[in-house]
Amino acid sequence: MKRAIVALEDGRFFEGESFTGDGEAFGEIVFNTSMTGYQEILTDPSYHQQIVTLTYPLVGNYGVHPQDAESAAVRPAALLIGECSRIHSSWRAQGSLQDFLWAHGTMGVHNVDTRAITLHIRSKGAMRCVVSTVDLDPQRLVGKARAWPGFIGRDIAGEVTSPVSYEWPGPHGGVSPFSPASADGVGSWDAVLQVELNGARRFRVAVLDCGLKFNQLRILARLGCELTVFPIYTPAEEILRFRPDGFFISNGPGDPAGMGAVAENIRKIVETGLPTFGICFGHQLLGLAFGGRTFKLKFGHRGANQPVLDRRTGCVEITSQNHGFAVDIESLPAEIETTHINLNDGTSEGMQHRHKPVFSVQYHPEAAPGPHDAAPHFRRFISLMSN
Amino acid sequence: MPKRTDIKSVLLIGSGPIVVGQACEFDYSGSQACKALREEGYRVVLVNSNPATIMTDPCVADCTYIEPITPEVVESIIRKERPDALLPTLGGQTGLNTAMELAESGVLDRYSCELIGAKADVIRRAEDRAQFKKAMEGAGLSCLRSELVTSVAEAERVAERLGYPVIVRPSYTLGGTGGGTAHNVEELREIVADGLAASIRHNVLIEESVLGWKEYELEVMRDRHDNAVIVCSIENVDPMGVHTGDSITVAPVQTLSDAEYQVMRDAAIRVLRAVGVETGGSNVQFAVHPKTGRQVVIEMNPRVSRSSALASKATGFPIAKIAAKLAVGYTLDELKNDITKKTPASFEPVLDYCVVKIPRFAFEKFPGANPRLGVSMKSVGETMAIGGNFREALQKALRGLEIGVDGLDLKAEQRVPTDLLEEALAAPAQDRIFAIKCALKRGMSVEAIAERTQIDPWFVDNIAQIVEIEHEIAAFPAGRPLSVQLLWKAKKSGFSDRQIAALRSCEELEVRRLRHELNVRPVFRLVDTCAGEFEAVTPYYYSTYCGTVQEARRSERPTVMVVGGGPNRIGQGIEFDYCCVHVVQEMHELGYETVMVNSNPETVSTDYDTSDKLYFEPLTLEDLLNICDFEKPIGVVVQVGGQTPLNLALPLKRAGVPILGTDPEDINRAEDREETRKLLDALGVKQPDSGTARTVEEALAVADRVGYPVMIRPSYVLGGRAMMVAHTPHEARPFIQAAFHASPGFPVLVDRFLDRATEVDVDLLCDGQTVYIGGIMEHVEEAGIHSGDSACCIPPHTLHPATQRRIESVCRRMALALNVKGLMNVQLAIRDNEVYVLEVNPRASRTVPYVSKATAVPLARFAARIMFGMSLAGFGLGERPPKLPWYAVKEAVLPFNRFHGVDPILGPEMKSTGEVMGVGETFEEAHWKSQIAAGTALPTEGLVFLSLADRDKNWAGEIGWDLNELGYRLACTQGTAETLRAAGVEDVMLLGKIHENNKPDILDLMREKRVSLIINTPSGARARLDEVGIRAEAVQLNVPMITTVAGAKAAIRALRQMRGRSCTVRSLQEIYAGGTLQNSGGQG
Repeated sequence: MKRAIVALEDGRFFEGESFTGDGEAFGEIVFNTSMTGYQEILTDPSYHQQIVTLTYPLVGNYGVHPQDAESAAVRPAALLIGECSRIHSSWRAQGSLQDFLWAHGTMGVHNVDTRAITLHIRSKGAMRCVVSTVDLDPQRLVGKARAWPGFIGRDIAGEVTSPVSYEWPGPHGGVSPFSPASADGVGSWDAVLQVELNGARRFRVAVLDCGLKFNQLRILARLGCELTVFPIYTPAEEILRFRPDGFFISNGPGDPAGMGAVAENIRKIVETGLPTFGICFGHQLLGLAFGGRTFKLKFGHRGANQPVLDRRTGCVEITSQNHGFAVDIESLPAEIETTHINLNDGTSEGMQHRHKPVFSVQYHPEAAPGPHDAAPHFRRFISLMSN
Repeated sequence: MPKRTDIKSVLLIGSGPIVVGQACEFDYSGSQACKALREEGYRVVLVNSNPATIMTDPCVADCTYIEPITPEVVESIIRKERPDALLPTLGGQTGLNTAMELAESGVLDRYSCELIGAKADVIRRAEDRAQFKKAMEGAGLSCLRSELVTSVAEAERVAERLGYPVIVRPSYTLGGTGGGTAHNVEELREIVADGLAASIRHNVLIEESVLGWKEYELEVMRDRHDNAVIVCSIENVDPMGVHTGDSITVAPVQTLSDAEYQVMRDAAIRVLRAVGVETGGSNVQFAVHPKTGRQVVIEMNPRVSRSSALASKATGFPIAKIAAKLAVGYTLDELKNDITKKTPASFEPVLDYCVVKIPRFAFEKFPGANPRLGVSMKSVGETMAIGGNFREALQKALRGLEIGVDGLDLKAEQRVPTDLLEEALAAPAQDRIFAIKCALKRGMSVEAIAERTQIDPWFVDNIAQIVEIEHEIAAFPAGRPLSVQLLWKAKKSGFSDRQIAALRSCEELEVRRLRHELNVRPVFRLVDTCAGEFEAVTPYYYSTYCGTVQEARRSERPTVMVVGGGPNRIGQGIEFDYCCVHVVQEMHELGYETVMVNSNPETVSTDYDTSDKLYFEPLTLEDLLNICDFEKPIGVVVQVGGQTPLNLALPLKRAGVPILGTDPEDINRAEDREETRKLLDALGVKQPDSGTARTVEEALAVADRVGYPVMIRPSYVLGGRAMMVAHTPHEARPFIQAAFHASPGFPVLVDRFLDRATEVDVDLLCDGQTVYIGGIMEHVEEAGIHSGDSACCIPPHTLHPATQRRIESVCRRMALALNVKGLMNVQLAIRDNEVYVLEVNPRASRTVPYVSKATAVPLARFAARIMFGMSLAGFGLGERPPKLPWYAVKEAVLPFNRFHGVDPILGPEMKSTGEVMGVGETFEEAHWKSQIAAGTALPTEGLVFLSLADRDKNWAGEIGWDLNELGYRLACTQGTAETLRAAGVEDVMLLGKIHENNKPDILDLMREKRVSLIINTPSGARARLDEVGIRAEAVQLNVPMITTVAGAKAAIRALRQMRGRSCTVRSLQEIYAGGTLQNSGGQG
């Protein structure tokens, strides 16, 4: 175990031990409160270049499995946890968390007071951070954190989007999704999705990859969609030329406010009346496309227990979330209805166009990790395309 | 959706006496529910027979009925109070079953009383195994293969089909009574026969075995909008096959990937929908195959449970309170999260710590009981601990268990028979966790242990880490203080100072000193439901060495700390928690900042609403001093939590902690037999001749000197542990040996036993100047039966007022001489009009709640005031309570039905788990009610089997005559028949003796359900085999049984007066206000 220091730009630092050898990593420090799903979190492209603190201290207990990867890479710059389990124990496991991080060259630091970090971020907000085993001088590290340019001027989404378009699953076809063993063979997802296995209509869906998670496409495919994935900067015309039945905008990292060109592309597509569904970053981009504004949350929503109210039904979904920016509800034009809000802080969680078949949610209906409560939004998208 | 305005009053049914499987957790849930409903303006009518509950305090509900929980009695209450609704889901299985009987018999319809929270068809679907299975299949959920049977022959056929082993589960029973695992046809026959008898539906389920699968539980809340949240996920360390109440459990789940966990979460919510639980909390149990991941639904409880109490304490989410509000129409998003006060209750709590619960057993009380754990619950209590990792939480919980181990330490290893290690690993029993440690130390691999125990390797590996650290500490060079790194490492893995001290051959306080020098101290973290995401308003803390930030805040106000009672055990349970809660509440009202410390998740005291601050910690010197270091209390209360805090009083005082109330040195003086003897002699107070002995021979000599019969007891034990009466030296020897064994290193006490004496308990308050006699409790059973197991009556039902005054005078003088500041309990024996003192305890006793309820004077609250120097004169209390116009009888409830084959007799060693109270205009009415409430309702007709020990034969004629006159038929064997005939009772059914195999015998009659009552007194300490067989069988077949002559006489008195009359129900509020029982209405 290597001693490691986690230093923040505001001068605060924390001690820990690296379980992945030497290294130094920079990123924006955030925390996630999910108690399970570390592998899904590590492979979620929205965490690109962030330093992720897991508030649940015991991590790595059930190892890793290829089915639980949400993209082909490990995205955060470093993982900060209470304790990396010495052994992993699960009938599914195909490797340990430690080896997984090692193989992807990502720093893992444990024996850190993750609650102290969380309380600090809660009161001071997300900020620049450096984790190091090679430099153990806290003051110098604080200086390094301040000197790190952060996301300014960087095309973060461009760093995670697919460089070329492809037909799903394309390069990701090797791994089948997790299907729990059960006597009747009905997977849990199928039940919540009400999948019609026979005779379902097929749809052509264009996917704008801002940093997508596999499970979004797995679910759409399961629901009868033929998916073509486009890089984030693909012009609207090129996507429309593909003559899709629907348009899906994924999640992704970074500040949406710097994505004016992408938002403009999206506006063009949406205006054609193409059924459109946006998730997370996709929700924010749609907000911008409609003429609204986005703003940075103090420390974001990251976890699997966020309560979202559907204003139309009065029902509550427990949702999986991962975002640091939000759509300003007040900035949206009259034709946009805010359908969902977060019950903790009242921020925008979902909207729809009053006249066009367009809707989006700020959270992750594909879960992975997290509850499946919001899965019916995928069906909603299918219904829009069916009409 | 706003709350319902069409209902104005709600009836709540409590869970009754504490029994195995149903303990304080339902006082916690019921009190919360009462509070929640009254907050919303509903009138709350409550029925619970257990006087030791906070919920039955007259200020908690609007109308409080301490009455038997039977459909007939509850119907009388409904008729009288006309509640608009009945909330059946907060009173355990008892409350639920009673509500169901009322629904099915049409009572609820007749009085337009609506079931809220769960409708009758929902409860039926959840509780009836066949219906449940059908509902699960309909929802596409995987269940176990099983079939319902109504006979043993049918069971055999099904078991053949499924293949052995099979699990037998009776419907509608609590904590798995009557269930079991059958490995072959012989076992099957026995278990099924028991199960059929235990099931109120007379059917049992034969189910495929999931022995060794992993076991999980999810606590789910659902509201009228179909919003559902998982409050807590729990993983059992012990695999399927051990009742979850007897398992070590962990929250949250540790070894499920998110993909699997979410499948389980979906299934849990679908279970609630399929069963139709509209609002409230339910718990759903799953089994998961360790190699294939196959998940099956095992069962669900459509009500709050022991697990939901645990979940509430583990997460900070108050399930019962929210369940009550959902039942009256709110939705989750309309309710606030109590802890943050800002975010809504419609969220899923997240933990940033690890929680471990360990059950507490009492097998030492029931020699002969099978200690192997199975699907029928046997533990009597539990402790919970919170830590930064599994090891820290586990070791904290182990020392919080108060079984004489300081963690997974060296002493723990001595509990494991080393020659039977393989067996100790394979067979689930209470010390298996220690056996794992022993096996690891012997070099067995984690995998090998996991295979033998079927415990997940992840848990075993964590224990292996503890073993490694232990080795490091032991191997650290002698003569040098431990390195700061190693000390931190050990403390982060939960090692206690004592545990480290034992490994370093030094004193606990030396380790503490070293820690302080090196600044190795714990921090107190908040349990905040949200892993730090939001600010927490409610101060609920746990200690950990894994943190760096101190979150606890000291108050500006002077702080007082109350030390609770720890896990429930026989002799120390809810009664002490009741006292703790009262003291905390009173001190809060006096303006102090109150700090509660306890480790029992079932209790009201560990509800974070009870005190200003809650520390959920093991009750050890180290853990308490850590809190005192931070809180700097002006005083600590140790006299109301039972033996646990009392044992810590002197060490705390010596460590410089101020103790409130009676000085620990004075408490200790009363514990010391010789000191007490001198004091009593000086006061001229009589006591039985006695002496102390350090060897068996010395003890026998003392016995000879004081004369037989003698009472033999060990020092420093609780609930009369290993206490016995011996009539001859031959009997005495083994008992003396047992007493030395029970309290090694301490003297054994030998007293002259006063047979045929009336026993009396007194609880009193003393401020150092004056004494208030709280109540004189006259026991129904004679001296020699542990006071906790005796029925007793306030006011005394036979003692002459002049004798009562002499008792008071004796108690008064002792309290003043002992300089008592607060509560004191005295046990006395009255024989031939002489008053003898048996025991003096200057502290709260088990009877304080009962006396408080029976006399309408909350003793513990006044004790709290006295501890701050206030005088009795200021409270308006006289010398004793005013003459009461009612009688209140307390009856004990015994757990023999859990311990097959144990002789169910009463003696000097306490065996009861709980108590009930009956209130009436006469002793007879009160006693009658107490018997009904205790579940041993006296039969009003039928056949009575009479069998008395030789020394009780004189009474046989009298009892037989009375019963005969009351119209009962009598059955007995030859000897008793002769006695009866001599007394003029001719009409006797003659039975053969069992060992002579002379049919029909009493066992045949019982099995044919022809016996309505058994009166059988044990013939001596070593009862003959026949007798034991009769009594054990009666317990299994649930035949009412009386085992003392005094009990029989009281029963006959009650029968004579009450037979054919129904009970009048009266609320406490009426009784207290009217001061008289007349004209209170509600004739039932």
